[in-house]
Amino acid sequence: MALLQIAEPGQSAAPHAHRLAAGIDLGTTNSLVASVRSGRAETLPDETGAHLLPSVVRYMRDGVVVGEAARKAAASDPLNTLSSVKRLIGRGVADVKRIGSELPYEFVTVDSTVPRVRTIAGDVTAIEVSAEILKILGERARHTLGGELSGVVITVPAYFDDAQRQATKDAARLAGLHVYRLLNEPTAAAVAYGLDRGADGVHAIYDLGGGTFDVSILRLQGGVFEVMATGGDTALGGDDFDAAVAIWLLQQAGASATTDRGVMRHALDVARAAKEALANAETTPIALGLPAGGWRTELSRAQLAALIEPLVRKTISTCRRVLRDAGVTADEIEDVVMVGGSTRTLRVRELVGEFFGREPLVDIDPDRVVAIGAAIQADVLAGNKPDDEMLLLDVNPLSLGIETMGGLTEKIIPRNTTIPVARAQEFTTFKDGQTAMAIHVVQGERELVSDCRSLARFELREIPPMVAGAARIRVTFAVDADGLLQVEAREQATGVSASVEVKPSYGLTDDEITGMLQASIDHAHDDIQLRRLVEEQVEARRVIEALAAALASDGDALLTPEERTAIDAAMERLRLVVGDSREPAAIEAAIKQLENDCEFYVERRMNSNIRKAMAGHRVDEFSEEDGRGAE
Amino acid sequence: MGITLTPAAANRVQTFLNNRGRGVGVRLGVRTSGCSGLAYVLEFVDDVDDDDQVFEDRGVKVIIDRKSLVYLDGTELDYGKEGLNEGFKFNNPNVKDQCGCGESFKV
Repeated sequence: MALLQIAEPGQSAAPHAHRLAAGIDLGTTNSLVASVRSGRAETLPDETGAHLLPSVVRYMRDGVVVGEAARKAAASDPLNTLSSVKRLIGRGVADVKRIGSELPYEFVTVDSTVPRVRTIAGDVTAIEVSAEILKILGERARHTLGGELSGVVITVPAYFDDAQRQATKDAARLAGLHVYRLLNEPTAAAVAYGLDRGADGVHAIYDLGGGTFDVSILRLQGGVFEVMATGGDTALGGDDFDAAVAIWLLQQAGASATTDRGVMRHALDVARAAKEALANAETTPIALGLPAGGWRTELSRAQLAALIEPLVRKTISTCRRVLRDAGVTADEIEDVVMVGGSTRTLRVRELVGEFFGREPLVDIDPDRVVAIGAAIQADVLAGNKPDDEMLLLDVNPLSLGIETMGGLTEKIIPRNTTIPVARAQEFTTFKDGQTAMAIHVVQGERELVSDCRSLARFELREIPPMVAGAARIRVTFAVDADGLLQVEAREQATGVSASVEVKPSYGLTDDEITGMLQASIDHAHDDIQLRRLVEEQVEARRVIEALAAALASDGDALLTPEERTAIDAAMERLRLVVGDSREPAAIEAAIKQLENDCEFYVERRMNSNIRKAMAGHRVDEFSEEDGRGAE
Repeated sequence: MGITLTPAAANRVQTFLNNRGRGVGVRLGVRTSGCSGLAYVLEFVDDVDDDDQVFEDRGVKVIIDRKSLVYLDGTELDYGKEGLNEGFKFNNPNVKDQCGCGESFKV
C-alpha cells in the first residue's frame, strides 16, 4: 500500500491529491533537491546515498551523463564535459568571450545571440545543460516522494538579472518541471534557519558558493521578511579559489597554466581537494601529475589563506557596500548566516566574523541550507501548510527604466524596490504627427543609456497624429515575484498598446553588475552634469523643431522678410550653441534668448489662430446650435 | 484492541514530533473520500478533542476520534521503505478491499 507522511493538523490530502513539492538549489558546482516530509525538510539522496549532485554534464555520442560520473570524466574528456554552466546561463556572447577564456570549452561562433558550446553530441546552450541537471533532480524527487511533483521552487542568486532568471525558468520547463517560483538563495537560507520564526531583527546572509557570491541584508519585522538590500558578484566563488591555487601550484611546479586543458583541469581538481582538506588540517600534501612527470609539495592553511585573501577581501568590500545600501551598520546585524561550500574555508569565516563582529552561523550544512529553505517554501506554495505562513519580499537588484530623448535613462522601478511591484509613468511624443514610439527597456544605475544594460526594445505604433507633447503614453513596468519584467506602453486616448515580456536579451555589457553599481557611484557627479547637458540639448532641439514647424506653416504670412531673417538667424545661433557648448547653463540661456527673440511672432500666431477659429462664425450661431441640441 | 505502533513507526513519530518542536502526538483517522470509499488521515496533533480516544504505545500518544476507531480498531502503524520512498503504513485488519495504490479502502 501507499506510504503516508504525517500532515499538519487538518491538512491531510485527499487520496491521489497529494501535492508533492520540492526545492531545488541549482548550484554552480553542486546541485541539490530537498522536500518536506512529515514536517521535516531534508535534502534527498540518490541510490548511493549521495545528496550533492555535481553540476557537471558530460555529452557522449550515445547519451548524457550527469553528476559524479561526469565530473570524474572531466579531466579525460574536457571538451565534452561541461561544468559551472550557471556562469553562462542567460549570458550573451560578449560575456562568454570574457568568462569563456577561463573555461576550457570550445564555443561555437555563430550568428545566434545565445552562446553555444560544441560537444560530441552537438552544440548545446547553458539552458539545455542546466535542464539535464534539473531532470535528474526532478526524477530523484519523484522516486523518493513516490509521485508526480506538483511544482518546484528553484533558487537563484539574488543578483541574477531578468535574462538569467528567465533562462533558469526555461531550463526547468525543458526538464518538465513546473516552477512555483524562483527564490533568491539568501532568502531561502534565512528560511532554512527559521529566522522567520525568531525575534524581529536584521540579518546578513553571506553566500559564497562555487561560482557566485551574494550578500543580503534581511529585515524580519512582525514575522515578515523584507530584503533590505542585496549585493554580490555573479562571477566570484570557490572556483576562483581553486583557480588561484591551481595557477600558483603550476607556477611552483614550473609548468605554464595555459599549456594544456587537461593539465589545467587536473590542477584544478588537485587544488579543490587541497582546499577541502585544509578545512580540517593544518597542512595537506599535494601530488601533481604533469606531462613532464609527477611533482610533490605541501600546502598549508597560511599559504591557502594568502592565496585567496584578495578574493575574500573583495567579498568583504561588497558586504560594506550592501550595509550602506541597507542603511544599517555592522553592529545592528543580529545573525550572519553562512551559506555555500566555500564558507567552509576557515579564512572566509574569520574575515566575515571580523567584519560583522560576531561568530557566523554555520550549524546547517552550508551546502544544503539553500535547498532546505527552498523545500520549505515549495511546501507552503503547494498548499500543504495551514495558511500562507510566509510572506517573502524580494527586491529587484538593479534599477529598471526606459530610454528617453537624448539617450538618457528614466528609472521607473528603482533598485532595491521590493517585488512584486508595478509602476507606471506617462511619456509623450517629441515630434508633431509622431505615430510610433520606440521603447527601449534598460537596466542599471547610470544616467546614460549607453552605460546601462539593454534588456529589450519594442515599438508602440498607431499613435494618432498629434502635435508634439499632446499624446499621453503610459508605460507600465511590472515585476512579478520571480523578478521577471513585463513592460507595457499604452496610448491613453485610443487605448492602442504594445508590450514585451523580458525574455533573455543576452546583450550584457562587459561591466559586471557590481561594477555597474560601483561605476554609478564613481560617476555620480559626472553623470548628473551630463544628464543636465543632454536635457538642455533635447529641450533646445525641441524648441527649434517647434519653431521650424511653425515657420513652415505660417512664417511667410505673418512675418516680413526682415523679421523672418532675424528669427532664422536667432534659431541658427541656438543651433550653434547646442552643437558647441558643453555647458548646460549656456544652452539654457540660449534657449531663453531665442524665446525672447521670437516672442512677437508667438503672439502674432496666437492672435491669428484665434481669428481663424472665429472667422465665418457669428455669436448667435452658437446659441442656435444650443437650441437644436435642446429639441 | 486499540492501535499499536511498530518500533520503527514509534521511533519516526517521536523524531518528527521533536523536530516539529510542538504537538502531543499523532492522529490516525479515516474520512470518506477516495476511489474506494474511505481514506486514511495521518496528522500531527496539537489539541485533543472531547470525542477523541487516546492510546499510548512505545511512548507515543496516538489520538483517534471515536468514529474513525470503528474502522481502524486493531490497526498497527508501521514505517517502511520502498526504494527511495519511505513513509507510514496502516496495517488495518478491517480492510476488505482497497484501491490499487492503497490510498483508499473499504471495510
